[in-house]
Amino acid sequence: MAARTTTRLAVGYALAAAFIVAAPRFLDAYWLDVLNSVGLYVLLALSLNLILGDAGLFNMGHAAFYAVGAYTAAILNTRYQIPILWTLPASAVVAAVFAALVARPVVHLRGDYLLVVTIGLGEIVRIALVNDVFGLTGGANGIFGISRPMVFGYKIRRPHEFLYLIWAFVAVTVLLFHRLEQSRFGRALNYLREDPVAAEGSGVNTARYRLLAFALGAAWAGMTGTLYAAKMTIISPESFGFWESVVLFLMVILGGSGSIPGVIVGAVLVVVLPEVFRGFASARMLVFGLVMMVMMVVRPQGLLPFRLLRFKESDVRRAGASS
Amino acid sequence: MEQFFQQVTNGLAVGSIYALIALGYTMVYGVLRLINFAHGDLFTYGAYLGMTLLTSFLLHDHLGLALALVVLAVMVMGLVAVIGVILERAAYRPLRESPRLSAVVSALGASIFLQNALMLVYGARYQVYPDVLPQTTVSFLGQQMPVMRLAVVLVSVTIMAALYLFVQKTKVGTAIRAAAIDQGAARLMGIDVNKVVTIVFVIGPALGGGAGLLVGLYYGQISFTMGWIYGMKAFTAAILGGIGNIPGAMVGGLLLGVVEALGAAYLSIAWKDAFAFLVLILILIVRPSGLLGERVAEKV
Amino acid sequence: MSALLEVRGVTKSFGGLTAVSDVTFDVQAGSVVGLIGPNGAGKTTTFNLITGNYRADHGTIRFQDRAIDRMRTHKIVQAGIARTFQNVRLFQQLSAVENVLAGRHCRTRSGALGALLRPPWQVREEREAAARAVDELAFVGLRGRAMELAKNLAYGDQRRLEIARALAADPRLVILDEPAGGMNEQETEELIGLIGRIRARGITILLIEHDMSLVMRACEHIVVLEYGQKIAEGSPAAIQANPRVIEAYLGTEEV
Repeated sequence: MAARTTTRLAVGYALAAAFIVAAPRFLDAYWLDVLNSVGLYVLLALSLNLILGDAGLFNMGHAAFYAVGAYTAAILNTRYQIPILWTLPASAVVAAVFAALVARPVVHLRGDYLLVVTIGLGEIVRIALVNDVFGLTGGANGIFGISRPMVFGYKIRRPHEFLYLIWAFVAVTVLLFHRLEQSRFGRALNYLREDPVAAEGSGVNTARYRLLAFALGAAWAGMTGTLYAAKMTIISPESFGFWESVVLFLMVILGGSGSIPGVIVGAVLVVVLPEVFRGFASARMLVFGLVMMVMMVVRPQGLLPFRLLRFKESDVRRAGASS
Repeated sequence: MEQFFQQVTNGLAVGSIYALIALGYTMVYGVLRLINFAHGDLFTYGAYLGMTLLTSFLLHDHLGLALALVVLAVMVMGLVAVIGVILERAAYRPLRESPRLSAVVSALGASIFLQNALMLVYGARYQVYPDVLPQTTVSFLGQQMPVMRLAVVLVSVTIMAALYLFVQKTKVGTAIRAAAIDQGAARLMGIDVNKVVTIVFVIGPALGGGAGLLVGLYYGQISFTMGWIYGMKAFTAAILGGIGNIPGAMVGGLLLGVVEALGAAYLSIAWKDAFAFLVLILILIVRPSGLLGERVAEKV
Repeated sequence: MSALLEVRGVTKSFGGLTAVSDVTFDVQAGSVVGLIGPNGAGKTTTFNLITGNYRADHGTIRFQDRAIDRMRTHKIVQAGIARTFQNVRLFQQLSAVENVLAGRHCRTRSGALGALLRPPWQVREEREAAARAVDELAFVGLRGRAMELAKNLAYGDQRRLEIARALAADPRLVILDEPAGGMNEQETEELIGLIGRIRARGITILLIEHDMSLVMRACEHIVVLEYGQKIAEGSPAAIQANPRVIEAYLGTEEV
């Protein structure tokens, strides 16, 4: 059974990749741009999934880390003329350090308390950005004039060019995160989610892994912030509000908390469905709220909850043979 | 000195509104261990229903101001209580035995639903209350202040005192307190926990709706999203006082209102909303059980 | 020579209630020691003090001549004390083998970067950890259930899985909190055999148990607590004859 799951997953990824590669042939610029947003949201949702899905830490302020990354990139680019893609590592590090610092005093809090605290942190960051903190963030207007990314001397400008840039990043992320979940690190996060007391009692430094989950998730959100800044060339605080965090939270929960393919499906649905139902623009949020309530009753584990079994029967057999 | 006085009284007025909303959070949390994220929206419903009733029935033309306001308050609180009970049945009761996270998501969904339903009916723009209240000022402790400010505080404190007596002195109140301490034990003692939950979802939303009406009357301007920020602050007030603790919610609300007003006046108005969140985070770090809450050791 | 574990004058109160009061005892290396007493005597609290889940108000706890009473729980596990829980705390949604791998965590070291880049030593470490986990499953008799989710195992199997998880951490001392709780007679019999085999590996055992026949058969030294205080200590025969112990148990539990 495990083998079939793996095969199905590989086929799913191959089909998705083929679709993305071929998309510019049959989609107009508008829909390519929708795909670009989907890609960014997939990245954000996967990064939140590390914290919320894998480690079980209720973070509803993820947009703050996204914002820190985007602003780091924008400031380095507009003030110091550093090429925008070169700011990726800086965005990752700044967001990770920021996350570790703010999470440190609160990360031990019980589930829903942590949820409320992270909402508060997210809001404080947004208010700080609006108030032009340190004179760097440009206040409510934000930062504009961010330069286009250059890849091998080629300037990325049009939607289909961004499509390949963003989705290449998605592909690498999916590969790396699958490796992560099948490792000692990924398992430690799962132990933390399942039962923190038992995890600590089995020898896992739970305090450390809580912080690492936040730092790594924030680093990825920060890099996504760089991509976002590069794509928009202008960023402002309103793109990083509470609502953004809620949407990310929902992508993870509705898609299937802790499941990489599930979270991808969640992100796709949450971005694409409202586009499809544009005719009912005013009522779609109403329906969205309703769907959330109904889902929790009929399918609380999310649409696509399956996860790869970290250890397949064959691994166990091989391990048994070698000992 | 005058500015200080104005800010403190202003803070008490806002704080008493926070406290009224906070009671709903704290009572629901006490019994169900659930943050009712839709509670802020029930507050908004109170404000909108109040406006609609006021303008469509022209109560004050027929009844005289004082009586009109009493009738209005009863109608608004009653209607919001009905919405609250429906909310509990639809969004929370089916998830009573589910993991916490499911209930949290359902609560968020309910909040989004309620907010957007309101927007579809009234539109996304600000709404303005009709001018029915006197704009006079009164002299209090040698300072002038709007009569409404005093009225808001007095009305809120009266309601809260009544609630406190109800919970402490009546049989139903005892059942609520028992269910908050230990649902299982309360059930064994013959308390109908479902009934307690329903009562809590009558009282909490009624108080929240009443607070919405007060905000409409006092500030004059309302919007369909205002429940979120009022709700977050009221929740902060509930945590500040000690979640699940009724006098705590009152103290927390008043304290938060004053801190916020003074912070906005003397530090920076632009950071006003950040103060509340900072208070929330600090209290959870330093004393998660709140000012009046008891410390409990976690069982291993 | 000093004992493997030395508990000296340990006291712990919660609010006004003193759960453990001035308790002192030793656990000698290689022995099986039982901690018994009526419900509420402070047995589990004592365990939680040793494993760092609670901090003692007074007193010291030393393990292999090292003070551990200020150490965090995972450090204590690393130092060589692993435990099971009174009310079984497994990782319910994970498979049995993944549960046992949790015990290996403190003896392996690859981190996030290793997971992303997968250098050869990391692959080898994973393979060795898996092999050891499977061995421990076989040791407790759960080899065939390796892929089963913990929540789908029978209660007795869950208890044994917890023991396998503890053993995977290479402990010198395992602390078992009511290992026979919820087990039937045959499972209890197997458990006594398992305790013997753990001991044969040179691992010291400290256990809480209400099943007196198990305690008397498996343990060579017994410590008795009542109302948070130690009222007796000695060999099974001496404890069975001790009038204070008989008094403590009369009317509450049968000895």
